Amino acid sequence: MLTKLKQQRALHLMLLPSLILVFIFSYIPFYGLVIAFQKYNPGLGFQSPWVGWDNFNHVFQQPNFVRTIWNTLYMSAFKIIGGIVVPVVFALLLNEVAHGLVKRTFQTLVYIPNFLSWVIMAGILLDILSSDGIINHFLSLLGIPAVNFLGNPSLFPWTMIVSDIWKGFGFGTVVYLAALSGIDPGLYEAAVIDGAKRWKQTIYITLPLLMPTIVLMSVLSLGNVLNAGFDQIYNLYSPVVYQTGDIIDTYVYRLGIQQAQYSISTAVGLFKSVISCILVGVSYVLAYKVANYRIF
Amino acid sequence: MIQDRSVGRYLFVAANYVILIATSLLCILPFVNLLAVSFSGSAAVSAGDVVFWPVDFTTKAYEFAMTGGKFLTSLWVSVQRVVLGTIVNLLLIVLTAYPLSKSSGKLAGRNWYMTFFIVTMLFNGGLIPTYLIVVKTGLIDSIWSLILPGALPVFSMIILMNFIRGLPEEIEESAIIDGASPMQILIRVLLPLLKPALATVGLFSIVGHWNSWFDGIIYMKNPANYPLQSYLQTLLMSF
Repeated sequence: MLTKLKQQRALHLMLLPSLILVFIFSYIPFYGLVIAFQKYNPGLGFQSPWVGWDNFNHVFQQPNFVRTIWNTLYMSAFKIIGGIVVPVVFALLLNEVAHGLVKRTFQTLVYIPNFLSWVIMAGILLDILSSDGIINHFLSLLGIPAVNFLGNPSLFPWTMIVSDIWKGFGFGTVVYLAALSGIDPGLYEAAVIDGAKRWKQTIYITLPLLMPTIVLMSVLSLGNVLNAGFDQIYNLYSPVVYQTGDIIDTYVYRLGIQQAQYSISTAVGLFKSVISCILVGVSYVLAYKVANYRIF
Repeated sequence: MIQDRSVGRYLFVAANYVILIATSLLCILPFVNLLAVSFSGSAAVSAGDVVFWPVDFTTKAYEFAMTGGKFLTSLWVSVQRVVLGTIVNLLLIVLTAYPLSKSSGKLAGRNWYMTFFIVTMLFNGGLIPTYLIVVKTGLIDSIWSLILPGALPVFSMIILMNFIRGLPEEIEESAIIDGASPMQILIRVLLPLLKPALATVGLFSIVGHWNSWFDGIIYMKNPANYPLQSYLQTLLMSF
């Protein structure tokens, strides 16, 4: 064992910088999770008095917190569904375009919003969705009164869902197009000889062969059910829409950083991490069982 | 592929192009509108006259941004962050991916190392404990607070590791016979072959560093140290 270590010393040394940095910035914070069970006092640090499950009990009794769970699940469920259906449909339509350059142009155009941060996107959305913005300008041309997309609590979640799908579907399209390009053209030729039209070919050849990729992408997004998109919502919400727009992450942020309730905020973060971790575990097992895909 | 020349097919192709063009326009027209607004006079903008072409053309908004000082300062912080951050990311990705691409027979404890890194992908200490560590290490207000906590992007590292595993083993074996040390193999033999994979993960790092704003807001006490996206975020909040 020791001679082996000596032989491989160079390899182990190469790993050392990463091991140290990951230990400091990812593993020591695990120890910091103890403050979820303490009443954190900056002067005492991690030696603050223990309070058991008090922080968890306290937060679960807050009606404001319980509604964030519902809001998170509601928005992320629709984001996940839309984030699969829209790119699949778009990839199928794009796949019907015979000309390679035209196909690539469309693909690039829809991929553009992906490269911008939610800060920039929020700036754009605030601009185009405002009462004198371009969207309401067009709606007024159609005789529809101005819609308050970001200030109306019943509309806000849908503004988030649609804009998230809009920003992200270009990436999914690229993934599904890659899968489509892997389908054996011989299958289509055989189908044509059997008299199948394009629609039948799509139903009986394309979709079944695309299914493993669809299953894989859906299963992988399971781990994100509790992430309804902090970057997006934090930059677009306002107290007016907290009732339907506040999610777990924005709640943790307001509580932790803005109100300095370190212990309670860490407790909520821990609760979320544990659930997410279980979901990620389940989704990895499912990805292997259903789509026969090993991530590691 | 065999051509279908029925009327229905032509109708479908036409409808398909209409849908594709409409969707693509939906993805870029907001940016065209934004560009038009940025070059328009403020009166025309508040009157809602600007659609896709500037009205009362002016570059005032750009002159204002350039002279304010804050924009250029934060742009410089962002440039530093992207350059330093990407270099650190790529360095650690390569140094980690190469040893881990070996089987556990050739690298004792390989699977333990792998688990060590993957755990950080699945689980993290959360906002506050990580913040407290950054405070303890004295990185607050330093550009390193934006670089070191995410110094090793594990996902990119796994991509590169799988890429190295896909290379023919004979390349490395012949280098070993020639007496090359692991470091020499990595730098002289593997690095030139890794260029396409490094370009991919490098792009992830560049876009990631350029776009992050949240760490800038929480780790920088002095707003003069904000990277561009954090500065823009404070502008957004002040509306």
